[in-house]
Amino acid sequence: MSIARFWRETPRRYNLGGSKCTMCGTVYFPPRAVCPTCAHHRESIGKMVPFQLSGDGEVFSYTTVHEAAEGFEMQVPYVLALVRTVEGPILTGQIVDLAPEEVRIGLKVRATFRKLREEGRAGVIHYGYKFAPAEELPGPRPGGPRAAVGARTAPESDRASA
Amino acid sequence: MRDVAVLGVGMTKFGELWDRSFREIGIEAGLQALVDAKLSSSDLGALFLGNMASGSLIDQEHIGPLILDYAGLGARHLPAVRVEGGGASGSLALHQGYLAVASGLYDFVVVGGAEKLTDVPDATGNQITSSTADHEWEVVFGGTLPALWALIARRHMHEYGTTREQLARVAVHAHEMGAKNPNAHYRNKVSLEQVLGAGPVAEPLGVFDCAPLSDGAAAVVLGPMETARKYTDQPIRIAASHVACDAMAVQHRRDVTTLDSTVVAARRAFDQARRAPKDIDVAEINDAYTISALVALEDLGFSEKGRGGPDFEAGRFALGGEMPVNTSGGLKAQGRPFGAVGVAQVVELVRQLRGTAKDRQVPNATLALAHDVGGTGATSVVTLLEAAT
Repeated sequence: MSIARFWRETPRRYNLGGSKCTMCGTVYFPPRAVCPTCAHHRESIGKMVPFQLSGDGEVFSYTTVHEAAEGFEMQVPYVLALVRTVEGPILTGQIVDLAPEEVRIGLKVRATFRKLREEGRAGVIHYGYKFAPAEELPGPRPGGPRAAVGARTAPESDRASA
Repeated sequence: MRDVAVLGVGMTKFGELWDRSFREIGIEAGLQALVDAKLSSSDLGALFLGNMASGSLIDQEHIGPLILDYAGLGARHLPAVRVEGGGASGSLALHQGYLAVASGLYDFVVVGGAEKLTDVPDATGNQITSSTADHEWEVVFGGTLPALWALIARRHMHEYGTTREQLARVAVHAHEMGAKNPNAHYRNKVSLEQVLGAGPVAEPLGVFDCAPLSDGAAAVVLGPMETARKYTDQPIRIAASHVACDAMAVQHRRDVTTLDSTVVAARRAFDQARRAPKDIDVAEINDAYTISALVALEDLGFSEKGRGGPDFEAGRFALGGEMPVNTSGGLKAQGRPFGAVGVAQVVELVRQLRGTAKDRQVPNATLALAHDVGGTGATSVVTLLEAAT
């Protein structure tokens, strides 16, 4: 992927910047130029405003991936999930900081800033959101506390690692 | 709009065709269909070619004129158009061919579908096919086609109690049918235990829950119904052809466990033909992943929502059941050369409606349905075919 193609999406991938329709109030992620559900579809043109997601949500569905997407080969098995955010939109992202067998539908999670993948040893490194548990779970947790993304706290650094 | 008939059909074997090129298989299927239709190439008005990703797979774009040229029709200067809609490219091309004949602009057209997926390594093939999902918001975060369908499967299991065994039954059935189909990529039967015990791809889906990457081509000749009997003893009428689209990413769908594109395409098709799901005798449905087939049965109206698994397990859709599906072996066993799939579905159904499907024949089949899906359901195409009386 070219540098520009990834770079121009960083406000969304780093900070969960979405949009909100001022006609009907529905929140979208990623942002949209026009509201797909608004009864006033045509009138919503130019009425969409930026909206910051908090990063809080819960697991809506999940899968443990064994045959990786390109650039994720070193991470298998990894958990990919649909996370329904408290603001409404569902996001696709990895669940981290717990064992795959501990993931369940309904698990409370919070967005966290991580390395997504790298394009080979000398290529571009892609960063963005993943999701970590936001509720107390039995057993020790791998890794320590991490920077959250979204409105809760701004990412302290873009040098976080997966 | 005038009635349109399928006059001839042809297809190559599906599988790992390492000794054959894209243009060779495309031509073979097309010429078979022309011969089957007792039509001369001088009768043709246009070519529509379904193909997902020739540029990434064989470094060749602009394949419409390429196939036309090697079909010996370059000097006739026919229009040759490539149609792309991910895994639904073939049936989208069929829809274009149908419109072209129905409109009266052309009398006879060839609709082909071709894909060469084994000229690249598996990992590259999976990466290319994943680009039929939303690359920026699904694939970049670790999504693959099987992983995204697994998200649908897990939610379907959660909401409706669909079981791992019910998913596996879809693959067992596909291989049973593939064993009866000389063109199939896989002609071996598999047991329930083999499907359940296979290595995981994206849980709950394992290796046998996923259709293979295949090479292959299929073609049909379309013409006006009113003169169809000059070219074939058994014209098959296209009773309906409809396309519907939906949000690109699974995360943006109204309901994660429903393909609204399929629901709407089916409703439009049944409305056009003034028929209902209960009238269908045989169907070819998308079983790219075992969950895809169960969801399709529900969304097409053959099962109540959430009942696809139990209905499949009860044998309703087996050969000899109430309404057999995927007698070809489906995408799972006949194979999945993406752009050829939708056209091959029609080839199988035409054989069923002609009564020439041999030991996979559904007795007295007169009305058939084909269902093709692109990506994870951003595009669905539903075609109804009827034996002319």
